[in-house]
Amino acid sequence: MAILIVSEHDNAALKAATLHAVTAAAAMGGDLHLLVAGQNCRAAAEAAAKVPGIAKVVLVEDGAYAHPLAENMAALIVERVKAGGYSHVVATATTVGKNIMPRVAALLDVMQISDISAVVSPDTFVRPIYAGNALATVQSKDSVKVVTVRATGFPAAPAEGGSAAIESAPGAGSPGLSEYVGAELSKSERPELTSARIVISGGRGMQSGDNFRLLESVADKLGAAVGASRAAVDAGFVPNDYQVGQTGKIVAPELYIAVGISGAIQHLAGMKDSKVIVAINKDEEAPIFQVADYGLVGDLFKIVPELDAELAKGK
Amino acid sequence: MKVLVAVKRVIDFNVKVRVKADKTGVETANVKMSMNPFDEIGVEEAIRLKEAGIATEIIAVSLGVAQCQETIRTALAMGADRGILVQSDAELQPLAVAKLLKAIVEKEKPELCILGKQAIDDDCNQTGQMLAALLGWAQGTFASKVKREGDRLLVTREVDGGLETVKLKLPAVVTTDLRLNEPRYASLPNIMKAKKKPIETLTPEQLGVDVAPRLVTLKVEEPPKRQGGRKVASVAELVDKLRNEARVI
Repeated sequence: MAILIVSEHDNAALKAATLHAVTAAAAMGGDLHLLVAGQNCRAAAEAAAKVPGIAKVVLVEDGAYAHPLAENMAALIVERVKAGGYSHVVATATTVGKNIMPRVAALLDVMQISDISAVVSPDTFVRPIYAGNALATVQSKDSVKVVTVRATGFPAAPAEGGSAAIESAPGAGSPGLSEYVGAELSKSERPELTSARIVISGGRGMQSGDNFRLLESVADKLGAAVGASRAAVDAGFVPNDYQVGQTGKIVAPELYIAVGISGAIQHLAGMKDSKVIVAINKDEEAPIFQVADYGLVGDLFKIVPELDAELAKGK
Repeated sequence: MKVLVAVKRVIDFNVKVRVKADKTGVETANVKMSMNPFDEIGVEEAIRLKEAGIATEIIAVSLGVAQCQETIRTALAMGADRGILVQSDAELQPLAVAKLLKAIVEKEKPELCILGKQAIDDDCNQTGQMLAALLGWAQGTFASKVKREGDRLLVTREVDGGLETVKLKLPAVVTTDLRLNEPRYASLPNIMKAKKKPIETLTPEQLGVDVAPRLVTLKVEEPPKRQGGRKVASVAELVDKLRNEARVI
């Protein structure tokens, strides 16, 4: 039995998200092969070869994979699965994984098992449904298991220590259905939302995008990432990639600070597995307080600067 | 161009779902049902394409129990032209739904299919991608902007790092994200008018699709409950607790 892990990378290194899929795949059992497809991405393959537990890195270098277009990537993955006789295909449920993997599943005529949070056995998995208000244990009857993994459900595998072989494989050509035009990516010196140890998020109560500076100042003192509720994104305070929730990003940091967020179930779905939750809100009836380990009722425009000053004092 | 939109009947997003005592699923008896919010965004986008003179006809398709008619009526009241119900009491999983939609696409020949990026019940986020795969079409998932340019479709997508734009060959499948549009409310006259719009009823057998589930749900449980609700009185106390009790800063 062998498992193909579909990696994400920036040509030079693997993205941290992929290391969570490695841990999940290892729990399913079998030889782990890691697919690195891209253009000029040998360095990423070399980095991937150092991940302990990986038996083989499959490197595909072709212009068709310069960007992970679902149409091109799915055709390639299906060809690799057929050639390699894989029992499982695993990727992290990032926007890249979510875009590509169902296409792979349909081409293989199998159901995908989406966004798993635990592995029970090689064919049985736990996945949250209804915004995490229920956990379903599902068993796949398909010959190939196509699985996407919720990163917060599995610790990241170590990035160093292994020495897998790198094997080059041919591309599958481009079906010519889509082309990459461009991207507007948010630039930030802060840690990435999904891998940050501390996250501070703002909601509708922030009242404007400018007021997010208050949170940024606290974030910089704590080495935290900044997130937001859907309400704050819909209101245009911050870009879409800040959104934490059922349909945005799922985070589970050591510390999650919710500021001016009421705590709709759709938001809670994205953060309730955080180790410690702090809520700052002027409405003491806000549902966010029910999940908060430490709640502070009051005006955020007074409390957040105070918190900022308190943290500036140091330990 | 003809546009097909898929609409799913789900437990309303405001309902707090409860897991059944026998762990077979969640309680759906006497629970408010609505159109999946992402599908509403899909219907709205189709209507806007029609208002812009790009779409010529909008077909709303729902799959499932007889009551999915109501979900189709909602789409018709918003502005879709006609409906198709694929009626089945069986559990329809995303792969089966994609196959049924493909069969309808082959009959109706739309140039664009719009689906919600995920349903808020099973949170699968699969059907649109699967439909595109089965049809051999391009896919523009998690769309926050859709623009036709000749025989191509420009789709701006919400991705983890921000926004990405792809150019798709038509016909294509688009799945909606939250910022694509704000769906309209159906006006009373339009709700009345929608009652006269036609809905065709089909079955999986008529479409020649095997809908047998591929995933077996062994059990559905409640997640562990969080012990929250403690309050602190001041910022100083909060910082002290975080430093000395929780030890996270």
